[in-house]
Amino acid sequence: MEETLKTTSLFGQHQKENAKLIPFAGWQMPLEYRGILEEHRTVRKKLGLFDLSHMGELEISGEGALDFLSEMITGNLTLVKPGQALYSVMCRDDGGILDDLVVYRMENKFMLVVNASNTDKISKWLEEHLPPDVSVKNRTDEIALLSIQGAPAETFLQHFCPDKLSALSYYHFIQSSVFEIPAIISRTGYTGEDGFELYVEAKQAPLLWEKIREREIPPIGLGARDTLRLEATYLLYGNDMDETTTPLEVGLSRVVKFEKEKFIGKQALLRQKEMEVPRKLIAFTMDDRSVARKDYPILLEGKNVGRVTSGTFSPTLEKGIGLGLVETMLTEWLSVGSEISVEVRGQPHPAIVSKKPFVQGSVKRGT
Amino acid sequence: MVPEDRLYTKEHEWISIDGKKAKVGVTDHAEEQLGDIVYIELPKKGGNVKQMTPCGVIESVKAVSEIYAPVSGTVIEVNSTLNDHPEKVNQDPYGEGWMFVVEMSNPSEVSSLLKAPDYLGLVKA
Repeated sequence: MEETLKTTSLFGQHQKENAKLIPFAGWQMPLEYRGILEEHRTVRKKLGLFDLSHMGELEISGEGALDFLSEMITGNLTLVKPGQALYSVMCRDDGGILDDLVVYRMENKFMLVVNASNTDKISKWLEEHLPPDVSVKNRTDEIALLSIQGAPAETFLQHFCPDKLSALSYYHFIQSSVFEIPAIISRTGYTGEDGFELYVEAKQAPLLWEKIREREIPPIGLGARDTLRLEATYLLYGNDMDETTTPLEVGLSRVVKFEKEKFIGKQALLRQKEMEVPRKLIAFTMDDRSVARKDYPILLEGKNVGRVTSGTFSPTLEKGIGLGLVETMLTEWLSVGSEISVEVRGQPHPAIVSKKPFVQGSVKRGT
Repeated sequence: MVPEDRLYTKEHEWISIDGKKAKVGVTDHAEEQLGDIVYIELPKKGGNVKQMTPCGVIESVKAVSEIYAPVSGTVIEVNSTLNDHPEKVNQDPYGEGWMFVVEMSNPSEVSSLLKAPDYLGLVKA
């Protein structure tokens, strides 16, 4: 039963903060420090600090790195300049999603940031397809990832950073420093708020954490990370997508660039696009006080049309919210405002199809 | 914290007995494990509950969990304050966070419940 869980370089800090710890994708991670509701509201209203060092970092370098990655992901890297990041997915031949990831384009290499649960799988997948002039290095253990999220993130961080952060737009990054600790500062996040992700050497992470904590920025656990991302309708791998779903089904068509000559999964996805996408991902709010959870059935006029992929209580809207995969054929006329039901413990409960995102935060999306 | 003046179930409910009446709630350990509670579905007043059978539901932000009836009987009172203030269970599980009162139909069932030191042993294990 007892498997050895990995810990991040900030484990000592989490213990000191008295965090409630849980096993997550093979790591022992903080679920919450003071309660999910309070932590969630802190990020929506002020600023919060996350340890995301469990995320995987894979470095891709060599002559053929660009061509290689272009074939591995669905996105178009030729439009991405050094200093820019790209959100994309990696698919199997049949179009099933292996992972969703962020690709950082550096001067002469790339850094892929992948889900903790998929780091080994993706690392292996890349190795299997690797041409001789490209190399992959798993740097997860050497790199720590801290994230500062909330509307005042830029103002706060600017005090401790020599570079002009207002010049850094969404999905752009710079090699800089924070509190004189060398860091890649990236204007990215998973909360719906403006914010920055800081990649630093693992051994420097405790010092950086302490410096930020001294400025009264509270720590936020994975519990609030999940409620924040769901309010912002960001998808979670393993819930809203996996190898049995395609990017077209889960509403990620925008990251699939069919104009590219080739990428793994292109043929299958093209076929799906030309025929019909069998399922689609919808967002809904509960219309009573119940809370939808993963795998609860979604009903339309009493008929089972799909299942919930993510469900929680929204601290901002103060009601149940969720995402669900439904059969396209059976739900053709569904639109924002349509009434559906979610089966909660055997009973249908009313729900309403919602716009995405549920909550509009301070993030400046854009290109 | 496990008060000595009541009995406990293995499913983390507490029960405080006054004659045939038994007041029910969940323990500090239970609310701590659940985290922020956002919704509670209590048994209906006037309804019957059966010992160690689910009779209600607690939704926290991250999970859902059932409330088991520690004893059988008729529900004669429910704490309707929890409809609008489910957080009372987090704040004061043994006091203001009480959930319902059962008039016991079979008071001998009480003998199967745990005393405070035994319950403490269970949650410490």
